[in-house]
Order: sequence, then C-alpha cells, then structure tokens
Amino acid sequence: MVQKLTTLRESPSQTAGPYIHIGATPNWVEITGVWEEDLGLMIVGPDTKGERVIIKGRVFDGSGTPLKDALIEIWQADTDGLYNSPEERRGKADPNFVGWGRQPTDGVTGEYRFETIKPGLVPYKDGRPMAPHITFWIVARGINIGLHTRMYFSDEEAANAQCPVLARIEHKHRVQTLIATRSEENGLPTYTFDIHLQGEKETVFFDI
Amino acid sequence: MSDQGSFYQRDRSWHPAAFTPQYKTSVLRSPQYPLLSLDNTISEMTGPRFGHNKIGPLDNDLIRNFAKTGDPIGQRIIVYGRVLDENARPVPGALVEFWQANAGGRYRHKKETYLAAIDPNFGGCGRAITDEEGRYWFRTIKPGAYPWPNGVNDWRPAHIHFSIFGHAFAQRLITQMYFEGDPMIWQCPIVSTIPDKAGIEQLIAALDRNTTLPMDSLAYKFDIVLRGRRSTMFENRMEGN
Ligand SMILES: [Fe+3]
Repeated sequence: MVQKLTTLRESPSQTAGPYIHIGATPNWVEITGVWEEDLGLMIVGPDTKGERVIIKGRVFDGSGTPLKDALIEIWQADTDGLYNSPEERRGKADPNFVGWGRQPTDGVTGEYRFETIKPGLVPYKDGRPMAPHITFWIVARGINIGLHTRMYFSDEEAANAQCPVLARIEHKHRVQTLIATRSEENGLPTYTFDIHLQGEKETVFFDI
Repeated sequence: MSDQGSFYQRDRSWHPAAFTPQYKTSVLRSPQYPLLSLDNTISEMTGPRFGHNKIGPLDNDLIRNFAKTGDPIGQRIIVYGRVLDENARPVPGALVEFWQANAGGRYRHKKETYLAAIDPNFGGCGRAITDEEGRYWFRTIKPGAYPWPNGVNDWRPAHIHFSIFGHAFAQRLITQMYFEGDPMIWQCPIVSTIPDKAGIEQLIAALDRNTTLPMDSLAYKFDIVLRGRRSTMFENRMEGN
C-alpha cells in the first residue's frame, strides 16, 4: 500500500430534467412572486461598451427535432477581452457588462436568443490570441451531463484561422459546427448558432 | 483563487455517460463523437459571481416563498451542507439553486401531466449563496415520488434538483439529491446512469437527527463537490509565458 491521496470526488452529474426552468427561470414558467427577475436575462445595459449583437439559434436532437425544453448559458469576455470575474487577473473588465447569460429555448419554436456584445480577444495558455468566442453550456432532459461548446463568428475568418483552439479540431469540416453565421436583424448584426447534439452535423463539444 | 492553476480533468467514468438507453430521452440527445479534450483556458477558469445582495430573505425558504393562504402540505425538512472542491476546500460565494416537486410528487409546470394535486402554497424553487465556509441551507417540504413516461411504470425516487455555480465556468454542475433509506433510488433509470454505486451514494443525503428541529423539521445533510484546481506552487511562469 502507498499513502492515500486525499482528494474528494466530484459529485456525479444528473440530468437537469424537463423542469429545470422552475429553478433557473421560474418567472418564465409563471412561478411569479418568489423573486422578481430571473437571473441572466439581461447581459448588456445602456452603458456597456462594445458592438451590440444578437445571438440566436436552436438545439437539435439526432432526429433533427429542436429541443423545446433546453436551457442555454453563455459566458464571454467584454469588448477588451476581459472577463467580469474575480478570477480574472489581467485587468478590470467593463463593470457594465456581466458576461453571463441564461435563456431557455422557446417552448414552441425551440429558439434561444441573447442580446449581447461581441467579445474581444482572449489569450490561449501560450499567449497566442484565441479568436473571439462565446462559451456555451447546454442542459436539458436527456442530457446527463451539461455540454460545453464554443461559438465563433463567421466574420472573423482571419482570427478563426489562427485560433489555437479551433486548430485542435482534427476533422477540419467539423470546425464549421462552431461558427455562427452572420446576418442582420433590425439593423443589428445577428449570429445564428444552431447546435446539433447528434448526427452528421454534430457540434464539437469540449471536455474542458 | 487567482494563484491557482487549471482544474483537474473531469473523471468521465465517474459521471453518467451521454448515451444511456435505459433513460430513453438520452438516446437522441447524446453526442456520439468523442469530446474534444482541452486544458482550461481563461475562458473556462473564470466565471460569473453572484453577490449576496441578489438573494432575498425568503429565497431559501420554500415553505414560505410562494405561500398564499398557508403553509404547503407535507413533511417539513431542512436541507443543509457544504459546497467543497476536490481538494476538500470550501467554495464560498457559490450560487446554489434548487427545484423540486411538491409533497404529492407534482411539479408546478404547465407541461406536467401527473394527476397528483398542485399545492397552492408551494412554488418549488429556491436558491442560496454559500458562506465563507461553503455552507448553504434551506427549508422546504419533502418532495414526493412521481411517475414519468419512460418505461410504462417508471417512478422517480423523491429528489431535489441542484444547480451549482462555483468560481469558474469549468465547475458548472447540475445534479440531484436523493433521500437516505429510499428503496426507489435503486430502481430508477436516471439514477442508474451513474456507473458506480459509490457515485450514487454520493448523491444520497443523510438524515441528521442532530440538526433536526424538535417538533418542527427533519434535517438532511447534502454536501456537494465541485472540481478542484491544480496548485501552482511549483509554477513560476506568468500567464501567457
Ligand atoms: Fe425531477
């Protein structure tokens, strides 16, 4: 026998189930009066620095059906590439930008939607810049452990081509699964990021 | 905190696999390609932090936070515990959110079809932020078991859903708490997605007679463990070098 390592084990994950909205966005499922506003709805305010953008999309299962009971969380840097987090040690992020958002997929259409800003560049571990990206976390009934992925921007071709994380993807055609397509909606740049849990277009998910 | 390194790799064999056919919904919702392994970058080593000022005084009191005409029906319980990391260090300032069915096993949700009655005085959601020692607690009623469409006669054991924000997005976790002594835990297709019996036992809260409030509430202790971080004590490199 050798000495014991004393680390604990992480609590095992369990599915968020069909009713995660009761806990995460109770007002959205008409449980009102417990607290005033669901967390994560508003990411930007009038004083937030940076280019306003819309991020939207749907989450598809292996049959091509959009999930109507999923919850999406995003986490991103501010316009200068700084995170609004006590763990951020490179500088002070825009105090008017939370950087974290949470939205359910619509119960009828399956669409999620965030109003946010385009993030700046964040360095990889070796100092090279990662292309602008938004971290996604997806939970739903039938998903046993939350899925981490990233959204990149279709109009950042040069940065995407240099991104050390995208470069890690061995099957190059799968890089496209992380790149949101730019269009315009009411004069705002709008990026559509569809997530495919399974099938030919399966999104690249990360073990981070 | 800021002098710490990246998080220990998640032990995927300790967690449920994505594809667990006994839980039918997982069949079409499970990625089939391997996950892309990535040592944490700043994007995952940071995370939002929620201040105590976000939390109202009744947020951790499910007996009162939705009540309209009186207390909800059911057995009054206290659930308490600590949020720790794999290094057994407390995680202060963690946001813990919880949601559950009422005493009859019915959720307050318009898609819910179980015929057990809705309790007019029970909403079923609450939240807390851990203190300096990683502690949280809340008061609620014990949820009932409920049937669900999977097999023709599958029932969920009594459980409370938990969502936890630690200090980094890499630690993000959703799980469920079960109750000591419940035989239905061992018959549940969702519980059994966890491969190891010891892993399941980690999610079973212990009945704690010492914390029970006499003539008032039973108490259950439920500790939650989030991923731990590497120490950087042997690392002199600056970020980015
Ligand atoms: Fe449940």
